[in-house]
Amino acid sequence: MLQQQESNSFGGGFARPAIDSAHGFRAAMSAMARPGTRQPIAGAAPPGGISGAAGALLLTLCDPETGIYLAADMDSKPLRDWIAFHTGAPIVSAAHADFALGSWAALMPLAQFPTGTAEYPDRSATLIVEVTGFDRENATLSGPGIKDTSAMALPEVAAFQENAARYPQGLDFFFTSGSELAALPRSTRVLAKD
Amino acid sequence: MSDYNFAYLDEQTKRMIRRAILKGLAVPGYQVPFASREMPMPYGWGTGGVQVSAATLTPDDTLKVIDQGADDTTNAVSIRKFFERTAGVATTEETAQASVIQTRHRIPEAELSEDQILVYQVPIPEPLRFLEPRETETRKMHALEEYGLMHVKLYEDISQHGDIATSYAYPVKVEDRYVMDPSPIPKFDNPKLEMAAIQLFGAGREQRIYALPPYTRVVSLDFEDFPFEATKAEHPCDLCGAEDSYLDEVILDDAGNRMFVCSDTDYCRSRRDVGHTGRLGEQAA
Repeated sequence: MLQQQESNSFGGGFARPAIDSAHGFRAAMSAMARPGTRQPIAGAAPPGGISGAAGALLLTLCDPETGIYLAADMDSKPLRDWIAFHTGAPIVSAAHADFALGSWAALMPLAQFPTGTAEYPDRSATLIVEVTGFDRENATLSGPGIKDTSAMALPEVAAFQENAARYPQGLDFFFTSGSELAALPRSTRVLAKD
Repeated sequence: MSDYNFAYLDEQTKRMIRRAILKGLAVPGYQVPFASREMPMPYGWGTGGVQVSAATLTPDDTLKVIDQGADDTTNAVSIRKFFERTAGVATTEETAQASVIQTRHRIPEAELSEDQILVYQVPIPEPLRFLEPRETETRKMHALEEYGLMHVKLYEDISQHGDIATSYAYPVKVEDRYVMDPSPIPKFDNPKLEMAAIQLFGAGREQRIYALPPYTRVVSLDFEDFPFEATKAEHPCDLCGAEDSYLDEVILDDAGNRMFVCSDTDYCRSRRDVGHTGRLGEQAA
């Protein structure tokens, strides 16, 4: 039994770390540069009910220099072990998080995460939000990366409007489901879709 | 290739650069500090661009490298060879074939597509640096959106020269927030900064990365009565006859003869391949 648990945390990483993380980054960059678009991302099999997309993002972006906050609904011993083994990233409180992982409800309140300073708006958290899908488009997006407007499924609208109002400070979001991700940076203006 | 980690840099360095690129895309025009590494080439030879390219490339990419528009100058050839050897990626000189283009001081003439990434080598990322040498102060000026000094500089250009004499590294305002240095591209290229491709800027010595997502609003600073003008030499290209491309002036002899040629070598070659000829086209070919 003990061995079983150990092999869980040792497995599920990138088979070819340099190549898989290069592809993972291109998916993350395409998503961040084109808010609302869905990008495939693969290569990771994390434990604890986390999507492969969220796992691949963690493997691509996290290392001992980045603190990860795990929201209560995602926090589990197998996931902590998996993150520790594959990335070496410390698990930290929300106030010190560089990355945070959880469902939308469990990540609340957003005010607990760092949003950077006026002089260094990059010193802010990136939230990885596990969602059930991308199909129910309820928001209209505009801003950098979007030619005219685009549509996106968001857990709610008001929180992202508040976040965008703090620009250039604020949080950036990845949304992950299965083997796909989408992103919403703080620069995107969000309207509820009629 | 197996002697190096993919694309030369170690994985932790690439992750650090990748995180900086993502922040740069989230806050377009803002200069994100990053821990620039020593590269096997001197500062000033594109170490920032090389690090950004290394963090961006995948084995499936096709890389093009240009230096002042040319594929065949020392800097471009060296960097192309560097990535052929350390990343094993395919390389090309054709703009349309490339998925990642690293550039020094030009934007290609051919319009870039959504599938392309343009990586700039940046010497001085801070547009306010020659007006205010202290980083602590320029940080504050960006934070407070205090850009009056830049307009004073452009105004002094007008009062001394009659118009805005700044002809390269012409400052732009990004999404109505950050004033950004587009790297020393000629101001002829400034209107092209609003494009379909992702633009990444890397300054190695100065340790800054910044970015423009596709279709980001980029406005060249100017005055109502002295509007921005994208200027070029008033000639057609002497090799391909193009009237719409940015030109280099080449001195031919001691008698003052000169020719103007496209700075974008791929654009010029592709035009000559389909039969366009300029004043000196046949002689030179």
